[in-house]
Amino acid sequence: METLIQQLINGLVIGSVYALIALGYTMVYGILGLINFAHGDVLMVGALTALQTMMFLMGVAPGMSPIYMLTIALMVAIPVCMTLGFLMERLAYRRLRNAPRLAPLITAIGMSFLLQTIAMIIWGRNYHTFPQLISTTPLQPIEGVFITPVQVIIIVASAAIMIGLSLLVTRTRIGRAMRATAENHRVASLMGVDTNAIIAFTFVVGAALAAVAGVMYASNYGIAHYGMGFMPGLKAFTAAVLGGIGNLGGAMLGGIMLGLVESFGAGYIEHLTFGFLNSSYQDIFAFIILGLVLIFKPTGLLGERVSDRA
Amino acid sequence: MNELVSAVPWLGKRNPMAARWLIIIIALVAPIIAWQFGRSWVRILDFALLYMMLALGLNLVVGFAGLLDLGYIAFYAVGAYTFAFLASPHFDIHMPFWLVLPLGAAFAALAGIMLGFPVLRLRGDYLAIVTLGFGEIIRIFMLNLNYPVNITNGPQGINMLDPINLFGWDLSRNLQVTETFSINSLFLYYYFFLLCVAGSIVFIQRLQISRVGRAWAAMRDDELAAKAIGINTRNMKLLAFSLGATFGGVAGALFGAFQGFVSPESFSLMESIAVLTMVVFGGMGNIAGAIVGAFVLAMLPEILRDIAIPLQQTLFGTVILDPEVLRMLLLSLAMILMMLLRPTGMIPARARYAHPENMKREGAL
Repeated sequence: METLIQQLINGLVIGSVYALIALGYTMVYGILGLINFAHGDVLMVGALTALQTMMFLMGVAPGMSPIYMLTIALMVAIPVCMTLGFLMERLAYRRLRNAPRLAPLITAIGMSFLLQTIAMIIWGRNYHTFPQLISTTPLQPIEGVFITPVQVIIIVASAAIMIGLSLLVTRTRIGRAMRATAENHRVASLMGVDTNAIIAFTFVVGAALAAVAGVMYASNYGIAHYGMGFMPGLKAFTAAVLGGIGNLGGAMLGGIMLGLVESFGAGYIEHLTFGFLNSSYQDIFAFIILGLVLIFKPTGLLGERVSDRA
Repeated sequence: MNELVSAVPWLGKRNPMAARWLIIIIALVAPIIAWQFGRSWVRILDFALLYMMLALGLNLVVGFAGLLDLGYIAFYAVGAYTFAFLASPHFDIHMPFWLVLPLGAAFAALAGIMLGFPVLRLRGDYLAIVTLGFGEIIRIFMLNLNYPVNITNGPQGINMLDPINLFGWDLSRNLQVTETFSINSLFLYYYFFLLCVAGSIVFIQRLQISRVGRAWAAMRDDELAAKAIGINTRNMKLLAFSLGATFGGVAGALFGAFQGFVSPESFSLMESIAVLTMVVFGGMGNIAGAIVGAFVLAMLPEILRDIAIPLQQTLFGTVILDPEVLRMLLLSLAMILMMLLRPTGMIPARARYAHPENMKREGAL
């Protein structure tokens, strides 16, 4: 029973990080029909920028309170990622909007590897320990079940961000413009929506979410390196597809579900396969889910858009 | 070959015969020239030939049939591991090369069909992600199947693979022609691989203009229309996946035998992307493009390694960009810039239409 609750908590924590990343994928896909392959690497840039800032702050003001330090690191990482998202859209994806269908995807893959390479040049190829500014001594709400304060903050913060984003999309003028653009570019621009600006805005918001997710992901695992964005990126994409790509609620639901499946899967795979497979196979769950969803219900759990996009 | 010939600058259009002989002569003397710069360059040429085979196979899937496969290296891995299982001291099985090679190809083709079936309904970007996932799953299994039963020997990989043995002629030994003159084994491998690549080119060229090749082109350009004119797109897709995988499997088996060891490290996603970049860089849907792309992108990082490292040392005193970083930088920039500036690649595929002037530009890819 304790293991069950423990896996539930772990799943919720990692699931909310996936959900945050998945939102970025799903927003961009909803508007452009593009899988922004480099989204996971934006997350990596966010985490490493935050790391760099914290290192700097520790050198300059060693006595600074950890909460301030983390806030400043986030305040640096978010704009850096936003700029990155903006530049990617402006310099590469915008020119390819009317290109043949494989071109934007191949560019996005190239972009992902370019970001990784640049990060490798700046930060080297070693694993960096991500400073654990918030106490990691686990709390024990129930006997035998552990949850660290970092994990509590991750769950609360991502819930808050998701609520904020939903409000942005459903209640504000710019959110309405986003939905209109997602529905139909040309008609939206005929209605006076500056679709180029809206698309750029979507990329920027997605990148900001990725930056936050990156800091969370790195704080949760305590490490950061140039290739860290790839796997969570892919898994978040899976989450977005699972929930129904293009659908914000779906991305959140898909993220949490994927986190749970992964955490339960990793916990019980050894029993299920009689010891043949162990938890090092954790990463394949996401791919298997992705395959199954795309084959049996390509629209995802909440999606209404048809995936058959020629 | 004709495409390759017409791709030769200047000479190709004026005197195709001379261009053809030029290509053949260059292919034959290349290792001798490379030898002058050191034996490692011959080795690099050997690897370039393997990359050509991979690029040809991937071009079949991506360029001809229009199915973006990001897990292509998995088939290379299947071929290499088949060879490792059946011709190494790992299980103490030493099957002859001529038996293992077709088996490697067959297993790879089977893996291709296994991948092909579930993804039949997917298109474009979804297909890309699922194939990527497939490649990763294969790699995760290679990494972890050393427990509880040791099958793949985990991250260490499998060592001491048997060399290629052509009817008792061991390619890994230098060929002693006379007392004082011997041909290095790297040359033997080079000419053997060259033969394989030449065979692949002939095969793929025949394939491209066959019924199957035309069906693929139709499917790539408009799947619905292809279905409407009676093409069985399901079978055509499966055929594309399995044939492409066969090339990957053969190249993988040759790679394993040539290198003498296999480990999961050689089959990372980066390699899939590298092969894809070669195809994209050279020109999708074009045999000459795949050849040129593979050659340029296999050689360029090595040439850069020789030039850029000493240059950095003299300029900055230290090495800022090490060879691996340079290779990744080169590949990713090649991919992005090619898509932005010249999406049809270095050597654009010529559309085989009766009235090409009626084709819209965007239909070319």
